[in-house]
Amino acid sequence: MPGIESGLTNHKTHQLICNDFNIQIATVNGSGSQTANMVLLRSLFQMGIPVSGKNLFPSNIAGLPTWFTIRVSTDGYVARGENVDILVAMNPESAREDVSKLASGSMVVYDEPLNLRSFRDDLFLYPIPFDRLVAPVCADAKLRRFVKNMIYDGVLSWLLGIEMSEVERSLRKQFKKKPTAADLNFKAVQAGYEYALQYLTKSDPFRVESMDATRGKLIIDGNTAAALGCVFAGVSVVAWYPITPSSSLCESLTEYLHRYRVDPQTGKATFAIVQAEDELAALGIAIGAGWAGARAMTSTSGPGISLMGEFAGLAYYAEIPVVIFDIQRVGPSTGLPTRTAQSDILSAAFLSHGDTRHLLLFPASVEECFEFSMEAFDLAEEFQTPVFVMSDLDLGMNNWMADPFAYPQGSLRRGKVLTEDELNQLTGFARYRDSDGDGIPYRTLPGNPHPAAAYFTRGSGHDERAQYSERPEAYTQNMDRLARKYETARRRVPAPVVDFNPKAKVGLVAFGSSHWAVVEARDLLCSCHSLETSYLRLRAFPFHNEVDEFVRAHDRVYVVEQNRDGQMGHLLRLEVDSREVVKLRSVRHYDGLPITARTIVEQVMEQETQGEGVKE
Amino acid sequence: MSAKTNRLGLDRSIYRGSKTTLCAGCGHNAISERVIDAFFELGIPLHRVIKLSGIGCSSKSPAYFLGQSFAFNAIHGRMPSVATGALLANRNLLALGVSGDGDTAAIGIGQFVHLLRRNVPMIYVIEDNGVYGLTKGQFSATADAGSKSKGGVTNVLPAIDPCVLALELGATFVARSFSGDKKQLIEILKAATSHRGSALIDVVSPCVAFNDHEGSTKSYSYVRDHEEPLTYASYVPQHEDIEVAYDPGTTVSVRLHDGSQVKLKKLRSDYNPTDRLAAIVRLRQARDRGEILTGIFFIEPEAADFIQLLNLVDEPLASLRQERLRPSPEALVAIMEELR
Repeated sequence: MPGIESGLTNHKTHQLICNDFNIQIATVNGSGSQTANMVLLRSLFQMGIPVSGKNLFPSNIAGLPTWFTIRVSTDGYVARGENVDILVAMNPESAREDVSKLASGSMVVYDEPLNLRSFRDDLFLYPIPFDRLVAPVCADAKLRRFVKNMIYDGVLSWLLGIEMSEVERSLRKQFKKKPTAADLNFKAVQAGYEYALQYLTKSDPFRVESMDATRGKLIIDGNTAAALGCVFAGVSVVAWYPITPSSSLCESLTEYLHRYRVDPQTGKATFAIVQAEDELAALGIAIGAGWAGARAMTSTSGPGISLMGEFAGLAYYAEIPVVIFDIQRVGPSTGLPTRTAQSDILSAAFLSHGDTRHLLLFPASVEECFEFSMEAFDLAEEFQTPVFVMSDLDLGMNNWMADPFAYPQGSLRRGKVLTEDELNQLTGFARYRDSDGDGIPYRTLPGNPHPAAAYFTRGSGHDERAQYSERPEAYTQNMDRLARKYETARRRVPAPVVDFNPKAKVGLVAFGSSHWAVVEARDLLCSCHSLETSYLRLRAFPFHNEVDEFVRAHDRVYVVEQNRDGQMGHLLRLEVDSREVVKLRSVRHYDGLPITARTIVEQVMEQETQGEGVKE
Repeated sequence: MSAKTNRLGLDRSIYRGSKTTLCAGCGHNAISERVIDAFFELGIPLHRVIKLSGIGCSSKSPAYFLGQSFAFNAIHGRMPSVATGALLANRNLLALGVSGDGDTAAIGIGQFVHLLRRNVPMIYVIEDNGVYGLTKGQFSATADAGSKSKGGVTNVLPAIDPCVLALELGATFVARSFSGDKKQLIEILKAATSHRGSALIDVVSPCVAFNDHEGSTKSYSYVRDHEEPLTYASYVPQHEDIEVAYDPGTTVSVRLHDGSQVKLKKLRSDYNPTDRLAAIVRLRQARDRGEILTGIFFIEPEAADFIQLLNLVDEPLASLRQERLRPSPEALVAIMEELR
């Protein structure tokens, strides 16, 4: 009889664990498990239970192991959870290692031939004869390997108490254009459910119960959210080169633009998308378009950022608006293309040779991926400069719950562009003159028929009339104005979000996708270690002056980030009041997996209990 | 047309740029003059033109003509991408790109290749002297094997012929000229302004400082002695509407997409300028004979350009207003609903 193994200690058996566990599904890359995983995630979400889904995948088309983790959290925590409570072991390659890592009392649903009984006796083991169950459901032998995955959805539904009506609803949503495929796959879900009902004896403690915590919410990945932001920002020229984990941004953008930005009268496109020959050309196309007045962008990841260096410097110095998405992955070099990091901070901030500084935005949520995409286009045109949106693989490619995005208020901010009529009212035009004292000059667009409109754009030294110049004073004047423009931007980029706790001596600083682990870590620091903290979440570089105030107001400030070298910490040391710099400490995570609350708690507590940080 | 002013009533001096800073006698200066001639004579409105270039002596030259046109001096070898973006943003612009042999055939060959492959509608002039001038005389990738440098070094690597490469890539307008051949260059430039798609003109343009000596195959004397015109173009703009009598046995007329015509006098009988393979064969044969073939080698006037391939709206994307750029609130609600 299949069922639970004997010999299990009963330490978990009598405690019900409801809506608070991690499920990991281990499959083979390319076996179509993504659909089964999404159906499971959505079913839980539709039951009103907070969930987040993270895909840990190899840089491979098919054959290597892949893991999908669903965190189910009553409290709504969505950062990666470290422990696996429930394992679905479908992959013979990884099964033994996956199982060996489990804590005693975890539950495993596995493919029967893996024969895990002999391996561990302290787990709740549910062997399932997947091949035997899928055969009668799916006549086409070639399809079986894909359909097979749906069976574990059925098994888990019975074991955990997931409502089958929700499974069916989410499955039909997943296959909305293919009702026949939906029927076939649902039969597989039912086969799993029926088998579990008939043959399994449930002894494990894991359960789900309906909640009301996801009402009105949706599930979306950050790249899709950013793409939508671009659509509503009115992007009109997009150039890109395929690279993981950035590609899905432009692919999703392509899809939405074709749906929402084709002129209904003529059937013609109000946008141009070019898959360029490389990242250099991608940025070059975007810069040419930005120069000529279009809202233009590219999207890439680390290696692409490296290639874009020379063009980024040109756009900074010649003052051309362009938006660059950097969906960060693990470097250096090719690094781990399918793993996450926040390790392009310094290279993006100063990308290119010479004195170059860029504007960076750090979205932490899918909502901010949407909002900051729009903000990036406005800032790029207002400041006539590249704006980098620093997302990452975890934020960009994983599934997050979100409130529906709010329709943008107000008009597109197109910046200081002089029309022919406006030129007629002026006595002259000098492209790089600081007429308003904010460092931001006026520009004209090619095609402007006014005889004074044209100017010569160049990356070589130029004076305020855009004439070639090697004169020392012309160079210095221009560089100082660019620095002034940067100071103006400091006041206009999104301000940090501060949760100031007057009782706290310790401050935490984080940005981007690290935010979710920080939220959880603060609760843990407070509940487990009685450590009160304040929190400042950076949302842009250059930093607001509020960052200085925050550091001043605390004794120790931990900068949490996902890279080895503490890059954001370094950037802060450059900008923060030099007397306060000694307060800065570092929490660093860089194994390619998304940061967890435990990492933060451990690293903070280790430093708090050492040296001058000792409490009491 | 009066000799003093063009059809817009403008004087030739309006089409000038700032004073050249290139060497006296540099072929590039002559090319700048021919651009001024062609654009002045055609009466092209200067605000419609954008001039783009990369880096190098050639790429400085847009400063020396059409001073009232917008210009973009990009980075080394990357002008094609900037031009592509600018034209996608504003399809009404007439783009004139100026590059060099280093800029095109070495550092920028990737972008050059993809510009032609996309048939981006622009004129692309290579000011080709086989040598890096600003860095003082290194061979470029168009230098012929066996050609000697000023310092006496012999180039052992084969030359890349941008015209043969362009033909292979599917380019739709391929020509070569010589900076010293005033009449031919003006007519080819004029024809290029009417071409829909990328118009490549490789202009052999001797470098008086580093590549005009005995043993060079890009010196004035070598080019004069070895130039072999394959066709001789004369351009009849659409607005002139003149029927010129010609002998179909010796002249081919090609109608360009804007209604203008280019009449090609065939200096070799049986040459057909719409036969891509024949053009490649002629160029390779000439090279083997040590001849520098000039003229318009190939035209395909009806090919779709990149703007058409992308099915862009008629008005420039850059001038679309918010109502056409930002979808409605209802669209966002519908998208959100799908993601629930």
